[in-house]
Parts: sequence; structure tokens; C-alpha cells
Amino acid sequence: MNTLLDVANVSKFFGGVHALDNVGLNVPTGSIVGLIGPNGAGKTTFFNVITGLYPAESGQFQFNGKNYLPHSIAQVTQAGIARTFQNIRLFGAMTALENVMVGCHCRSHTGVFGAVMRTNRVQREERDIREKSFALLHYVGLGEFADHTAINLSYGHQRRLEIARALATDPLLLALDEPAAGMNATEKLDLRELLLKIRGDGKTILLIEHDVSLVMGICDSLTVLDYGKTIAVGSPREVRNNPEVIRAYLGNG
Amino acid sequence: MANGFLIVLNFISQRRMVLLLAILSLLILPWCIGAVGGNYWVRVLDFALLYVVLALGLNVVVGFAGLLDLGFIAFYALGAYTFALLASPHLTQSFTAIAALFPAGLHSPIWLACLIGALLAATFGIILGVPTLKLRGDYLAIVTLGFGEIIRIFLNNLDRPINLTNGPKGIRAIDSIELFGISFAKSLDLGLIQVPALYLIFYLFLFLACLATVICMRLQNSRIGRAWVAIREDEVAAQAMGINTRNMKLLAFAIGASFAGVAGVLFAGFQGFVSPESFTLWESIVVLAMVVLGGIGHIPGVILGAILLAIFPEVLRGVVQPIQHALFGQVIVDAEILRQLIYGLALILIMLYRPKGIWQKRGASTS
Repeated sequence: MNTLLDVANVSKFFGGVHALDNVGLNVPTGSIVGLIGPNGAGKTTFFNVITGLYPAESGQFQFNGKNYLPHSIAQVTQAGIARTFQNIRLFGAMTALENVMVGCHCRSHTGVFGAVMRTNRVQREERDIREKSFALLHYVGLGEFADHTAINLSYGHQRRLEIARALATDPLLLALDEPAAGMNATEKLDLRELLLKIRGDGKTILLIEHDVSLVMGICDSLTVLDYGKTIAVGSPREVRNNPEVIRAYLGNG
Repeated sequence: MANGFLIVLNFISQRRMVLLLAILSLLILPWCIGAVGGNYWVRVLDFALLYVVLALGLNVVVGFAGLLDLGFIAFYALGAYTFALLASPHLTQSFTAIAALFPAGLHSPIWLACLIGALLAATFGIILGVPTLKLRGDYLAIVTLGFGEIIRIFLNNLDRPINLTNGPKGIRAIDSIELFGISFAKSLDLGLIQVPALYLIFYLFLFLACLATVICMRLQNSRIGRAWVAIREDEVAAQAMGINTRNMKLLAFAIGASFAGVAGVLFAGFQGFVSPESFTLWESIVVLAMVVLGGIGHIPGVILGAILLAIFPEVLRGVVQPIQHALFGQVIVDAEILRQLIYGLALILIMLYRPKGIWQKRGASTS
């Protein structure tokens, strides 16, 4: 299997705190890879580093066979990594449809002049964006909420809308930061279905998640972080029986 | 089937009728206002239309992109001084070299001045934008406020060592507006009727305001407009959508400023005189109030806000004194003071009862 994302030796300091210490991650194309660890282990920091939100002190980054430097979020997205946020960051005043349409931004080209003159090409692009966004809303099961203002959607729906918006950027890798946080049991089941469907449609998924049953159920491999260090890598079954992991989660006993 | 077609046809023609009626009433508006209130009120109307252009420009920056700008009037000033310098005797009188270059005097056509004014204002918009890219909200407001004051103070003091702006005395004898051989300074003889100059100006400014509206609407419903609103709502999330937020913010500054630049050029041509006094912080605040009060980010609301706030003070000017006379038999509070009190009170009341503006976006949440 090809490697889509290959990150090695990432270090990140916050003042004196060693938030990430030589962390690496390997995401094969077409898989679902989970990144887990206790609170404060550095999962979100790692996520923010590879998506360009924080600069790293060191690290090698390869995506889709090319080196990349995660210096700006926009460039990382343009390269094909789309992310969601742990604390939902939708465009609150926009409708669900408009949120997804914004996601189409980096794969469309209309400039100021085109927008003002509204040429045929621009109209066609605009129509394509609208159709694609509608299709994505249906894909994540939000078709009937297209005209709802994002801020008025329920929590579970907002999480799904964030996924639809990320998918609109045509990513090769979908990076989800705790997508199940705050969801009830039914919503989690639906989310699991959605993630499997997205993977089935050829996308690769990187997942940070607290919910152990979700992660164990759908991930092909797991990386476990604790105190900014990788303590285990392997299939869910291997990781579950790893004494280091048990110690990190449950203490020394 | 045929019935449905008829309904559709009827619907279209109904919309056409409404549009036609709107255009017709706008065309006869100056005649009605002129007949009732005289030239003074047509002039107020002309200025209201200029304010519409200004407010629409500021709305791109504040309403769409969410960048609070308290120095917006500086771009208006740049436009006004562009035309003042390019179409008045000032430069040829101050500089012999320029006088030698243009023996007939500097008389730039207004369209050229509009182009230069828009480009100059857009350039300054970017100059303001670059150092403030990482600022938001109140911090940005302070920097833009300072920028507005810097421009005004420069205009006020650039009469020494070289006399570029003629300082606080301002520049006078600016050419009047002339387009396609039609002078907007004297009435136009159409054979049957005479169209007074102020009415001509009205039509010109109306055209400009409509053009500005169309540009704003098209930008809003485009990839660009969505990117602006995304930045306003959540800058990090906007970046995560692959939006180059730096370029988009600079674009908002440049486009907003160019609107003000064009409005400034026409202002100078209309007035025939410019001085730094017209471009104080107060003017920036008035334009911002138009945007916020009308319905921030919502184009029809912004237009309404601009017209109301441009006309309301003039209405007060006319009624404050007579009402006091009628009620108390004498003038208790000076009209000018009372006028400003009522104006301020009206702003407060509107913001209390319509916090999202008089004409807010349909479906906008009230939270």
C-alpha cells in the first residue's frame, strides 16, 4: 500500500514544555488511521503542526510522495489535506450550503473581474459549486438543512457539516479532530457509518478520537501518544494489549 | 401546463412592471422634490447618493470582510484631491514647470480622474492593509483611525515647503463635471424641457450608485464574497478552506477604498472646492453609522441607512425650530444643538431595538 502522509521526527515546544518529542506518523493511502492518547498527550498539537496552524521546531513532512512544509493552513489545504476542528469552527452566520460552498474556494478560480462581469465561465463555475455543495450536503445526510443557518443546527449536524465542508476542498486526506466529541450513541453510530462510507469512496482519514469503541472499530492502525512521545503503533488489537498503552491510560496500578 | 406557463409569464412581467415603476419614479424624483422643496433638497438628495456609494464601499470592508475601518473617509479625500489637483489652476499656479507643460492649464477629464482616483485610493487601501493584516476589531479600528487622521493632517499641512494641497485654505476653482460633451454645471436644454444642473448631477450619481450596488451584489454572491464572509466569521477556518486570507483582506481594502476614491472625485467636481475640513473623523463615523444602522453586510440595508442618515439631519434642520415655536411659543434649545441631540438619540434607539440594523438580512438570527 502506498503511503499518503509520512511525517517523522516532529518536535514542538511551547516555552519550556516539550509538547511533541520526535513524533512520527505514517498514513497509508485508503486507510483510516487513529491518533489516540490521554488528555494533554499532544494529539491536537500534532494535528495543528501537520496542518500548518503551528510551526514545528523540527520534522520531515511528506505528502502524496512530495515533501511539504506545513507553513500555512491554506497551502496545506490546497495540497490536499482538509481538517475539521475539535471545537467546531463553522461560519456561523452562513447557511449550511454556503459553508460547503466556501469549501469549494480553493478548487475554483473566479476573480474580482469575473465576479463583477459574471461571464459564462463564471456562471458555470458558480453553478458547479452549488451543485457539488448540495451533493455533499446530501452525502453527509444534511440535504434538508441546506438553507439553515449553521449556528442553528444541532451539535451532531454541525459536526457533519464541518466534514462536508472539509470534503468540498477535494482532499486526499481528511483529518478529523475528535469528530465524535459530544455526540450521543446514535450520532456516533451514524458518524461511524459516514466515515466508513468516506473511506469506501477512496479518501484516506486521519482521526483523533477519545471514543475508544469508535476508534477500535474502524481504524486500520493506531498511533498512541503520551506526554508528546509515541508510545505505541500498530493495529487496534496490538495496541489494546500493549502494556505501555495500558499504563498511560490506567496508571501503574 | 399552458396555465403554468401563463403564471410564470405573468410573474416575470409583474417583476418587470415593478422594476419599470421603480426606475420611472427615480427618474421623476428630483422633479417632485425640486417642486416641493426647491433646489436645496435636490442637493441633499445628490449628496445622499454619494453617501450610498461611500457606504457601499465601506460595507465591503466592514460588512463583508469584518474589518473595522474608522479612517475610511481618507480614501474619499484622496479621490477628491485627485480631481482637485488634476482639474484646477492650483498646480499650474504653484509650479512653473507644470505651467510650462500645460500652457492651457490642467483640465483632466472626469473619467480619467475617476480612474486615477480609484487606483490611488486602492493603492492606499493596500498600504493601510499590509501592516494591519494581523489586527482585528478594536486594534484595527485604532490603526485605521490613525491612518485617516494622517491623511487629513498631510492635506492640511502640505502647503509648505512645496504647496501641493494649499493647506487649510483648500483648493478652489475646480472644473465642473463634464461627460460626453454634457456639462453638469449648467442646465441642459432638451428642447421641450430644461433639465437643471442639480437634476443632471442626480442622474449621474444615481447611475453611479446603481453601478456600485450591482458590483457589490455580484461580488457578494461570488466566490470572493463568500471568502470575505468566511474570514469575518472565522479566520482560521477560512484558511483551512484554502483561502489566502492575506490577499482576500487586501482585496477588500482595495475595492472598498476605490469606491470612496471615485465618490471623492465626483464630490470635488460637484462642489468645485475641497478642503481638509470635509474629511474629518466625524465623516468616517457617519459613514460607518450608515453601514451599521442600515444593516451591516446587507446591501439594501446599507443603501437605506446611507439615504436615511444623509437626509435625516437636514429634515431635523428644517423642523426643529418651527416645532419649538409651535409648542412653546419660543425657541428654548438652539436648533443646531437639539438637532444633534435628536440625531444621537435616534442612533441609540435604533441600535437598541434593531441591533442588526433597520433592514437586516432575512433569516439572520437575532442572537
